[in-house]
Amino acid sequence: MSQKIREYVQQLLSEGKIKGFLGLKQEHGHIMPCLFCTPGDLDHLSLGDKDGPGDARYPLNQLMIRLVREYPDDTFAVLVRGCDERGLRELFKWEQLNEERVIPVGLGCPDELAKACECEKPFPDCLTDGPQGKGVNSPKVAHIDGMDREARLKFWMAEYDRCIKCFGCRNVCPMCFCNECSLEEESLVGTGEIPPDNPTFHLTRAVHMVGRCIDCGLCEEACPADIPLRTLYKKVADIVSEEFGYRTGYTIEEKSPFNIIEG
Amino acid sequence: MEFKTVLTTCPYCGCGCGMLLEVLDGKLVGTLPSKTALVNEGKLCVKGWAVHEFVTSPKRLTQPLVRKDGELEESSWDEALNMAAARLREIKERHGPDSIGMFASAKCTNEENYLLQKFCRAAIGTNNIDHCARL
Repeated sequence: MSQKIREYVQQLLSEGKIKGFLGLKQEHGHIMPCLFCTPGDLDHLSLGDKDGPGDARYPLNQLMIRLVREYPDDTFAVLVRGCDERGLRELFKWEQLNEERVIPVGLGCPDELAKACECEKPFPDCLTDGPQGKGVNSPKVAHIDGMDREARLKFWMAEYDRCIKCFGCRNVCPMCFCNECSLEEESLVGTGEIPPDNPTFHLTRAVHMVGRCIDCGLCEEACPADIPLRTLYKKVADIVSEEFGYRTGYTIEEKSPFNIIEG
Repeated sequence: MEFKTVLTTCPYCGCGCGMLLEVLDGKLVGTLPSKTALVNEGKLCVKGWAVHEFVTSPKRLTQPLVRKDGELEESSWDEALNMAAARLREIKERHGPDSIGMFASAKCTNEENYLLQKFCRAAIGTNNIDHCARL
């Protein structure tokens, strides 16, 4: 447990700068999200590491949106890793959160986690504690890119066909905030059958997440069918980066090419 | 202001997935799979993900219903239980205990299911007891 993070949150709370800190707590061997409202609550503070680094991460930014909708005038702090910070930036741009009312408390990920995540930037710029590790290119994307077209399609179709349409990928996603979901639009995705229309179901989501997906990987961790969703979204992000020069969540100023309305 | 997640077990089937209920100021507002639950390791099915929705669903039954003249009507627990007991007794006396069968439920606890089979065997007098998955 990081003493630096605990002290920083304690300071924010006791100086009254925040109403609460959205983080994780460990209790009875389990790790779960929690809003800490007084410095005394911080005894059970956790960073989401149970048996290995970052093995109990949760969509804290999603919970933050829920909290802020109820308490729009209060300021909160939230625990962020590199991916979560990218998420916050996009959520500010998509006007789901207000930059002036959210204080990020940054945690860098160790190399082991960065490697497992194949993360391009495993630390937030607002680093309070943890390493400022090196980014990793995705060997999984490279491996699939190495297949010929037919083998690639076969690979993905076999993965998609295991889908039980639990909507876990969408439900856990900290960047899914639409009131109406295109995955529940019958003209795109039929109802009443599993696997869902493939590749339509998964590609609809992949395309919709362009400019939103910040590569946190919670979707893949929530998938009961072990579909390599993270690898899919990484590839889509690579295409957007190559074609439009846009990398999701890396700056606060630049908007996603899919979030610009002109005229 | 209070925002917490409460660890519990999914009530839908017998798997026993660990889930976290998101509670904001005493109101149930969301469900998350528990990352540290050994059964499901951070995953849920479509029903588990929607657990928080049925608690406050307007379609949820909050009172027992008794069928009168072909129509279901809201009634008191006493009336519903008395009617079920009277009809079960009547059927048993007229057609014998094996004319009655019961399905237990994966949504109940072990203790409740034990009680149902005990009731079935000892009070009704039949072995016609099975699991709801047989439905």
